[in-house]
Amino acid sequence: MSRGRRDMAAALPARLDRKMVRDLWAIRLQALAIALVVAAGVAVHVVAAGMLDSLQETRDAYYDRYRFADVWAPVVRAPDSAAETLRDIPGIASVQTRVREAALFNMPGLSAPATGVMLSLPEAGLAAVNRIHLTAGRRPATGERDAIVLLDSFARAHTLSIGDTVTATVRGGREQFRVVGTALSPEYVYAIAPGQLVPDPRLFGVAWMGRDALEQAADATGAFTEIAFTLQPGASEPAILDALDRQLAPWGAPGAYGRDDHFSDAFVSSEINQLDTMASLLPPVFLIVAAFLVNVVLTRLIAMERAQIGLLKAFGYSSRAVITHYAKFALVIGFVGLALGLGGGVWLGRLMAAMYIEYYHFPFLLFDLPASIYASSVIVTLTAVGGGAVLAGLRTARLSPAEAMRPSQPPDYSRALGATLARWRRFDQQSRMILRHVLRWPARAAFTLAGITVSGALLVSSMYFLDAMDAMIDAHFNLANRQDVSVTLVEPRSRAALHEIARLPGVLAAEPVRHAPARLRFGGHEERIALTGSPQDATLSRLIDSDGLPVMPPPGGLVLSRDIATPLGLRPGNWVEVEITEGHRPVLYLPVSNVVTTLIGSGAVIDINDLNALMGESDMITGAVLRIDPDRADALYTALKEAPGVAEVGLQNEARRRFQEIMDEVIGASIFIYTVFAGLIAVGVVYNSVRIAFSEREHELAVLRVLGFSRGEVAYVLLGEIALLTLLALPLGAALGAGLSWYFSQAMSSDLFRLPFIIDPSTFGYSALVVVVVALSSGLMVRARLNRLDMVAALKTGD
Amino acid sequence: MTRTRTTAARRFRSDGPACFETRSLSRDFGEGPTRVRALRGVDLTIPAGEVIVLLGASGSGKSTLLNILGGLDRATDGDFKFRGRDMTQISETELTRFRRDHVGFVFQFYNLMPSLTAQENVELVTEIATHPMPARDALGLVDLTDRADHFPSEMSGGEQQRVAIARAIAKRPEVMLCDEPTGALDSATGVRVLQALKRVNRELGSTVLLITHNAGVAAMADRVITLADGQVREERVNDDPIDPEALTW
Repeated sequence: MSRGRRDMAAALPARLDRKMVRDLWAIRLQALAIALVVAAGVAVHVVAAGMLDSLQETRDAYYDRYRFADVWAPVVRAPDSAAETLRDIPGIASVQTRVREAALFNMPGLSAPATGVMLSLPEAGLAAVNRIHLTAGRRPATGERDAIVLLDSFARAHTLSIGDTVTATVRGGREQFRVVGTALSPEYVYAIAPGQLVPDPRLFGVAWMGRDALEQAADATGAFTEIAFTLQPGASEPAILDALDRQLAPWGAPGAYGRDDHFSDAFVSSEINQLDTMASLLPPVFLIVAAFLVNVVLTRLIAMERAQIGLLKAFGYSSRAVITHYAKFALVIGFVGLALGLGGGVWLGRLMAAMYIEYYHFPFLLFDLPASIYASSVIVTLTAVGGGAVLAGLRTARLSPAEAMRPSQPPDYSRALGATLARWRRFDQQSRMILRHVLRWPARAAFTLAGITVSGALLVSSMYFLDAMDAMIDAHFNLANRQDVSVTLVEPRSRAALHEIARLPGVLAAEPVRHAPARLRFGGHEERIALTGSPQDATLSRLIDSDGLPVMPPPGGLVLSRDIATPLGLRPGNWVEVEITEGHRPVLYLPVSNVVTTLIGSGAVIDINDLNALMGESDMITGAVLRIDPDRADALYTALKEAPGVAEVGLQNEARRRFQEIMDEVIGASIFIYTVFAGLIAVGVVYNSVRIAFSEREHELAVLRVLGFSRGEVAYVLLGEIALLTLLALPLGAALGAGLSWYFSQAMSSDLFRLPFIIDPSTFGYSALVVVVVALSSGLMVRARLNRLDMVAALKTGD
Repeated sequence: MTRTRTTAARRFRSDGPACFETRSLSRDFGEGPTRVRALRGVDLTIPAGEVIVLLGASGSGKSTLLNILGGLDRATDGDFKFRGRDMTQISETELTRFRRDHVGFVFQFYNLMPSLTAQENVELVTEIATHPMPARDALGLVDLTDRADHFPSEMSGGEQQRVAIARAIAKRPEVMLCDEPTGALDSATGVRVLQALKRVNRELGSTVLLITHNAGVAAMADRVITLADGQVREERVNDDPIDPEALTW
């Protein structure tokens, strides 16, 4: 022991505390391994709970301050006077009418059209609902016709600043606008085009402009096309939605909706739910492992210090004093783990907050730890490790001083579980020693097994996300949506429009799409959906069943995705009431011919001819899906940007690329972190197990060396046990990991996507590899001690 | 009869080089002011096939010498030969090989593997030795055939020590190194252990080096070496060694 440490220990007034510090130093690596497991648990808790808290606080404050709407009600076109009566609906707090119009931005340097939306701002004063947060510049002045405020992320993606101009096609008219400001909005925290999966700031823009100017551009003078509301606390949203639908029906309202159906908010809420799952599931696993490790290590230490404990008791130290002494051990380890975990957690949390703000555009997102999370970290950690220590310490209470000071008897293997079983002649003596050691202390072996299993399971379940994402990408992009481009028209057009689109340069194939907003009612439940009419022989965009085969409804029937059918209690064969909330608003009954699971988004598909017939229209389309010649994409994009009837253009390849990119970045970072943490558990468990086995069996191993066994042969006796347990743990870890993955697939699926329960064999392979490498390196660390084994000292044959 | 066979064995072994030869063998522990000189230049020739008793007070260097001869420790200075082969410069692996093939150890504390039965403890060695005898035969030599399937925790101290001897002899070692093999045993049990060692020397021709505090045991030796302060104080040849049965203490 170095002089410095001796002085440090000597500075403590109580002799027992000096002993504690010196003993702790002697097992410093083991203590550190436990502290790191504690730290991993605390860090996961801090990151998940802290991020959850920060996101929730930030979201709530942002929504509140910028009066984020509770309810939106789009209409085709309604006079301002129509809004007056809506104020009297009970429960409504404030009302804001506005004009919303789709726009295609023609951005320099980007051949593809950027989809977007134009929103009106009141000519004077601030909006009563859905205010914007200016990040630069100003709002358009009264009467200023060409001034716009651009969504901050879009402006940054195109390096636009105040004073720059932007060309956009609004309702067929091509106009040039001047950027006077950039802004964030609570409506676009997750800024994503409708129907898209992940944000692409280059391809989705929002522009706010003066009400008068937009009314003119959108052909809506003296009218509004959308109305947003905030509700009074305790107001009944369903009742208000019903009232709005009734009152706005004359104005062609497809149906009001709440935050649940608001795209940006749905993504933010889904993220918060996922964090919640993480925060509640993982930290307990780490802390339980840490508690067990503390217990095992201290039990061993106490066994080695039997004589000292007997002496202390003989001197008159109470059992309580002795238990407190060992509890302090655990508390020191706990505090080190806490400090590392809190520090590391806050650091990781800040990194994560920086990553979140890339995707979730809040005016601010501070990773802040409330006192309650500090407190819960401290209490839970100290309870866990302290509990492990007290359980170990209680054994000393039963020890009488005289008994404790007698040397302990050689361990009796004769009655150990399976002693006869292990007499099987096929084993050599070393293997027999390994087997009997496992059977002699089955609880300890079981704990080691459990620890390695948990570590493997965490690895499998974190890598599972990559497999699930791959399956989602494959199902969504390769099977269900094979189009390259999807085009949405400003308003329904006749079939002739499809031929016009098909004749655009570079279009190889075009299939019609007819969308109509609808409500499904069954068994007293109602769901608002977008009904899609597709041709029977659709090859580009369709619903896919679990076998990967396309499913089309038979004439007159309907195919639904499971996330729509399940809440309504619908099964194939049921007849469902369908109210189409557009045009003549027909109400019909249709049979559900099939229910399929979609991994991304929802689907309600009907034959396009049936849909048109039901709506009393002949051969109308609202858009088309295209397969294109990639070499002529630029020419097509130019044509689409100039086409008057096109409202939105979706680029499948861009969406796919961006989806992959984000998944790699976000999930890649998480997997790295969880791999490190799972590795820490494996190191903590394996290193401690081997280290304890070494100190217990040092004497035996030295005797083997004396008898002429080589270092390798002796290492086999020591490490064979951990190798055996690791091998047993691999399939168990794979099974538990599969179970955890299944749980995640259930717990983390949302309205937006369903995680499929698919694990690639390579995931099991990589997880096993990581576990084996960690176990091997822990083993090698102890193997180094084995090489320094002092045969003479271990045998106590010193003269 | 007994006497003749002992002499015959000794003569047979003496034909070759000595079992051990040491020259100026020294061993220091620690450095600077804390340095302890456990051996200070030991010169010895130990003929093969003899029973040699090493006597000496605590700290005289007996165990240190035995550990070096057995390849458990290395000398700080000087050199020693085993059957003419220089052992001071050989590698760790060769030392392990040396212990495995040529040396049988018996300690004061029996150092059996608690997780193996008596027979399995012996087999532990026979599995790695070059020309071992069957484990049962080794146990037979120490009269323990009937306890072969018992674990150490089920045996008395004397029985455990005899298992340790069986384990040491099963490989047919050229040399048996015994550090206080009777130290933890009562007199009657101790005598049985010494008889077993004598029998090994007689029947296998192994050289037996035996450390003891008990001067009485010296009467069974062919040669008695006394150490003091890390040096050979006296070396005496016993022309008429007695049978261990006649020993008492």
